[in-house]
Amino acid sequence: MIDLNIIWFLLFGVLIIGYAILDGFDLGVGVIQLFTKDENEKRININSIGPVWDGNEVWLLTGGGALFAAFPIVYATVFSGFYLAFMLLLTALIFRAVSFEFRKYSEKPGEKKRWDLAFGLGSLVPALLFGVALGNILRGLPVELKDEKVVSSISFLGLLNPYALLVGVLSLVLFTMHGAIYLSMKSTGRQRDRMISWINNTWIAYVVLYSIATFATFFVAPYLFKNMLGSLVFWFMFILLFVAILFIPVAARMKKFGLAFISSSVMIAMMIGLAALSLFPRLVPSSINLENSLTIYNASSTPKTLTTMLIIALIGMPIVIGYTIFIYRIFRGNVLITKDSY
Amino acid sequence: MDPVLLARFQFAMTVGFHFLFPPLTIGLSWMLVIIEMLGWKKKSGIYVAIGKFFGKILGLIFAVGVATGVVMEFQFGTNWAEYSKFVGDIFGAPLAAEGVFAFFLESTFLGLYLFGREKVSKNVHWFSIFMVAVGATISAFWIIVANSWQQTPAGYIILQGRAELTDFWTAVFNPSTMVRFLHTTDAALISGAFFMAGVSAYLVLKGKELEISKKALTFAVIFGLVVSMLEVFPFGHEHGRVLAQTQPEKFAAIMGLYSSQNEAPLALFAVPFDHPPELKAHIKIPGLLSWLAFGDIHARVQGLNEFPKEEVPPLFLTFVSYHNMVILGMYFILITAFASYKIFKKTIWESKKLLKTLLWSIPLPLIACQLGWIAAEVGRQPWIVYHLMKTKDAVSITVGWGEILFSIILFGVIYILLGWVFIKLLVKKVKHGPEPISAKEALS
Repeated sequence: MIDLNIIWFLLFGVLIIGYAILDGFDLGVGVIQLFTKDENEKRININSIGPVWDGNEVWLLTGGGALFAAFPIVYATVFSGFYLAFMLLLTALIFRAVSFEFRKYSEKPGEKKRWDLAFGLGSLVPALLFGVALGNILRGLPVELKDEKVVSSISFLGLLNPYALLVGVLSLVLFTMHGAIYLSMKSTGRQRDRMISWINNTWIAYVVLYSIATFATFFVAPYLFKNMLGSLVFWFMFILLFVAILFIPVAARMKKFGLAFISSSVMIAMMIGLAALSLFPRLVPSSINLENSLTIYNASSTPKTLTTMLIIALIGMPIVIGYTIFIYRIFRGNVLITKDSY
Repeated sequence: MDPVLLARFQFAMTVGFHFLFPPLTIGLSWMLVIIEMLGWKKKSGIYVAIGKFFGKILGLIFAVGVATGVVMEFQFGTNWAEYSKFVGDIFGAPLAAEGVFAFFLESTFLGLYLFGREKVSKNVHWFSIFMVAVGATISAFWIIVANSWQQTPAGYIILQGRAELTDFWTAVFNPSTMVRFLHTTDAALISGAFFMAGVSAYLVLKGKELEISKKALTFAVIFGLVVSMLEVFPFGHEHGRVLAQTQPEKFAAIMGLYSSQNEAPLALFAVPFDHPPELKAHIKIPGLLSWLAFGDIHARVQGLNEFPKEEVPPLFLTFVSYHNMVILGMYFILITAFASYKIFKKTIWESKKLLKTLLWSIPLPLIACQLGWIAAEVGRQPWIVYHLMKTKDAVSITVGWGEILFSIILFGVIYILLGWVFIKLLVKKVKHGPEPISAKEALS
């Protein structure tokens, strides 16, 4: 039986996947900026995402708002538990957000270089922390009851455990590959050739890391695999993921970058989908006692609020998706640098 | 150190800095809606040039607004976890609605407005700035819904130790939402008007692109006069009236009314003291406060003495913030009225003093916004949700004072850096001035 709590679990998953696919390539472009030397190529990198990156980041903000509204206990417990990690994330996002305009109006090469660094590190840190956060959730957090209040206290260094760092590096590599594929659609000539080799190299690293991470998960959080092998949804998603991964280098070799981009988007969706499926119906497993886990039932808002939010989402999100597609169509094709560009 | 005080300071600092930018975004984007419309319909190269110049500045302001706004979306969870659990069933929905209905709209269409001028038709381009303005205003609406619910909660019941939603629209349109929304949005329009007027005045002083800068100044001053008058009456007046009915202790504090009285006087000027509670150097008009609050000079207005001592807001800060905001509000009307008169007489262009005054008035509406916000938020203390939850019970229990202090220093340093670079680039952009009207547009 599908109830409101399950619907919101799915919708929250959609928001996270939307964020990972859309801002994922922005973050990847930022990481690649760190390794780009030529000023013209740097400008193509920035302008390839210039008109759209801000809208993409809104998926994260809306995800945060939706989590607050639908599962406030998770929002409160995880965000206060990850305090310093969040401050680091916010610092990165602040510098990244201003780097576009600030770089544009800085004239000295040294200043431009500084804002390139802000853009690059401001992208690298969120790309890494995305995986670190996911890794820690999969591994379980010390959720407990203290004076009848649900809390989860974990030190900043505790968050940087080997497993979470492994998933962090995986997401960094994943988003970098996604960004390289996006840039190969937006660039030409030598720059595009370089992007193809970025795709190939990050793809190999990705396959190796994802295999190790999956293997490690068996040991770190074995309960995640319970009931998975008998599930049809699991096998459907798994096969789709497998096909999408294999298709990326093929599409890149055929210079069908649009297809490669769709593949990597499907791949991201399936990866997050599989992680969500293994967690379900938990949102945050407790590493102290699985019974203490925050689930879509014990951490949720009332049915009244979930219904209201569902109406808001059903009215709002189709409109959002509609004009987002409209804007992407206007800015499709290779980047042209004009005097209004970044 | 007291973690509650630190958490409050952190929140005040991050919201206060953020709140410098959205009023400018809202104000400028609505002005650009009109300017771009004039440029498009009248085929006027002058208005198009104004649009291009202030459009680019809008892009810069918007970027810092976005950067500092991201913090807000997560801060309730990081610093105010107990609050988030208590109000999540109600408070989260407006924040999510703000994302869905506002953030997507403004940020997606701003990209099109800034980079699409040559790529799309004139009507689509105009539509893009219109959507930016609509999005920014919807954003203000939902965040004010959330804030107003803290001030005058409605549409809820308390069950299992938390506030649960009973009626969405009653919660959204709680008693103070609309008056606060109109008052705040109009303050944003004033901020935009003074920004454009001040920048244009500078360009006129420096003799840059006079055709463009004179037109922009004329437009901004007249626009500023209209919105400044509306701010006092009806918006400010209505806001005060609703406040007197819904939060009498805050009303008493901002008005400096220590003891309940009939024919309560309006304090025009005073120095408030907490110990003993009295106003010194007091200039007042008898009966006016009763009349403003209840439409009757004999009406009884509750003073602070009627409320328990531990449930009364700090007096000095609320009183001083509120009164300085009002003084600034009056100044906005006077200066724009005087400038409008000089424009009508065509003598403003030689009046260096007035032009300089307009330039240096740019930050004043932003200061007024901050003061109004301080009066509203400090005036709600000791409550985080009025009469439901105290601020001291709302902080995250797992976050220690060391972590909060660290984040205060971190954001303090970042915001000083951002503010400094922002001002530097803004000044450079303004000094460079607008691009001359292109031959193509002059002909068409």
